[in-house]
Amino acid sequence: MEIPTIVGAGLIVIGAGLGIGKIGGSAMDAIARQPEASGKIQTAMLIAAALIEGIGFAALFAA
Amino acid sequence: MRRKISLKPITLLLFLSTFFFYGQEEVEHIEAKPDKKTEIKEYIQHHLKDSYDFSLFSYEAESGEVKHISFPLPVILWDGGLRIFSSSKLHHGEAVAEVDGNFYKSYHGKIYKTDASGTIDYNEEHHPINEKPLDFSITKNVFTIFIIGFLMFAMFASMAKKYKRGNAIPVGVGRFLEPIVLYIRDDIAIPNIGKKHYKRYMSFLLTVFFFIWIINLLGLTPLGVNVTNNIAVTLALALLTYIITTFTANKNYWGHIFWMPGVPWPMKIILAPIELLGTLIKPFSLLIRLYANITAGHIVLMSIIGLMFIFKNWLGSSLSFGLAFALSLLELLVAALQAYIFTMLSALYFGSAVEEHHADH
Amino acid sequence: MEKLINEFSIGLFFWQLVLFVGLVLLLRKFAWKPILDAVEKRETGIDEALKSAEKAKLEMQNLQADNQKLLQEARMEREAMLKEARDLKAKMIEDAKGEAQNQANKIIEQAQAAIESEKKAAIAELKNQVANLSIEIAEKVVREELSSKDKQLKLVESMLGETTFN
Repeated sequence: MEIPTIVGAGLIVIGAGLGIGKIGGSAMDAIARQPEASGKIQTAMLIAAALIEGIGFAALFAA
Repeated sequence: MRRKISLKPITLLLFLSTFFFYGQEEVEHIEAKPDKKTEIKEYIQHHLKDSYDFSLFSYEAESGEVKHISFPLPVILWDGGLRIFSSSKLHHGEAVAEVDGNFYKSYHGKIYKTDASGTIDYNEEHHPINEKPLDFSITKNVFTIFIIGFLMFAMFASMAKKYKRGNAIPVGVGRFLEPIVLYIRDDIAIPNIGKKHYKRYMSFLLTVFFFIWIINLLGLTPLGVNVTNNIAVTLALALLTYIITTFTANKNYWGHIFWMPGVPWPMKIILAPIELLGTLIKPFSLLIRLYANITAGHIVLMSIIGLMFIFKNWLGSSLSFGLAFALSLLELLVAALQAYIFTMLSALYFGSAVEEHHADH
Repeated sequence: MEKLINEFSIGLFFWQLVLFVGLVLLLRKFAWKPILDAVEKRETGIDEALKSAEKAKLEMQNLQADNQKLLQEARMEREAMLKEARDLKAKMIEDAKGEAQNQANKIIEQAQAAIESEKKAAIAELKNQVANLSIEIAEKVVREELSSKDKQLKLVESMLGETTFN
C-alpha cells in the first residue's frame, strides 16, 4: 500500500514543529534565568530554529 | 508535491474578485464560469506566478465580463537573435505574437515558439513540447524589482547626501532607517563576522536586508506582486551569499572543510565531502526558507480572504475577516523576520569564512 | 520539486542577479559608505567629546586640588611669616633689653669706677692737704716753740726728762 505524500509532509511538520518548539521553550527558560544574555540567546535560538526549518523545508520538497 | 499539500485546506474556498486585491489576466465570461473550487485554486496559483503584464485591478463590467486594468511590459526573447516586443501582443495567451517572422504564444505563464496558427503540441502528461526560447522579458516581477531597486537607491542616496552635508544628525526618513542600519551593523554584522572584517560585508548585508524587507512588504500590498515567492529571486540572492562566502574565505575555512583539524585521519576523509556538501546546503536552505515562508504565507492569507466570500453569512465572514486581519499582521512580522534571518545567516556564513584560527579546535 | 524546476524562470534569475549586484555596488558607493562613515565619525566624535570632557573634569579636579594646596601653602606661609615676625619682635625686644641692661651696667660700673677713683684722689688730696697742714702747723708750732732759747732748752730738757735711759 502506498502511503500518500501528505502523510509524510504531516510527519515532517510535526517533527519540525516539535524541534522548533523545544528550541523556543529552552530559549525562554534561558532568558528567564539570565535576562541580561537575552540578545545572545535570541540569536542562537533563531539560528538553531532556522537550521531545523531549513531541513524541514528540504524534506517537504522531497515529499 | 508541495502544492497539493498547501492547497488541501482551500479546496472548499470560493474566490470573488476583490476590487482592490489581486489582478487577473484573462477575461472570463460569466456563462463559462468554471467550478468554484477550481476557480479559486487557479486564481491563487495564478497570483503566485509571474506574468508578462502588470495588472492593477479588475472589476466586473455590466456586460458580465471581468475586465482587467493592466499595462503591458516588454517581452525580450533570445531565439537565434534578440526579439523585443510588447506583451500586449500576446493578449494574455490568447493571441499569437508575430515578431520578425517567428511566432510566439504564452501558455501557463511561459512563452513557446509556435507556428503561425499558434498550435501547441502536448506530450502524454499534457506538457507542451514546443520549443521554449530563452526568456529575458521584463515581467511583472522584474519590473517590480527594478522599481524597488530604484526606490532604494533614491531613498538611501538622499539619506547619504544629508549626512554628507555635514550635519551628522539623521533627518526625515533617515531617522527611521538609521537605527535599522545601526542594528544590522551592531547586532548582526559585528557579533557574527567580527570587528576586523565586518566592513567588507556591510554593503551586501544592508542591501539584502532592505531589499528583502521592502519586497516582502510590497507583496502584502494590494498591488499583488510577489517577488520573493519566486525561487529564481531567492536563488539569485542565496547564490550571491554563497559566492561571497567562497571568494572571501580564508585558509582556516578551507582547512576546516577539507582537513578538519582535531579528528583522526580516516574521519577527515569522511568529513571532507560532508563539509563540502554543507557549504552548498547552507545557501540552499537560505533560498528555500525565504521562498517557502513567503509562498505559504500568501497561500494561507489568500485562502482565508477567500473564505470571507464563501461563507456569505455575517458570522463566518466576519470571523474569517478577523482571521485574515490577524494573519496580515503576522505576515507583516514575517516579512521583517525573513529579511532578518536571511541577513543574519548570511552574516554567520561570512563570519565562518573569515574566522581566525582558534586554539580550541 | 520537479514543478519548481519546471517553473524556474531564467529571465527573472538573470535580472535579479544583475539588478542586485548593481544595486549593491551603487548603494555601496552612494549610500552605505557615506552613511556608515558619517555614523562612525559621529560616534568617534561623541566618544572623543566624552573623553575630553572626562579629561577636563579630571583637570578641573587637579586644578582645584592645586588651588587648595596653594591656598594651604599660602596660609601656612603667612602663618610662618607671622610667627617669624613675632619671634623677631620678641627677640629684638629681648636684645634691646639686654643691650640696655649691659649698657646701663657698664655705665654704672664706669660711674662707680670713676667715683672710686675720684674718691681715692680726693682722699689722697685730703691726706696731702692734711699732711701739709699738719706740717705747716707743726712748723708753726715748732717755730713757735723754738723761737726762744729758753724754750729750746726747756724742750730739750723735757724731752730729756721724758727719756729714760735704760
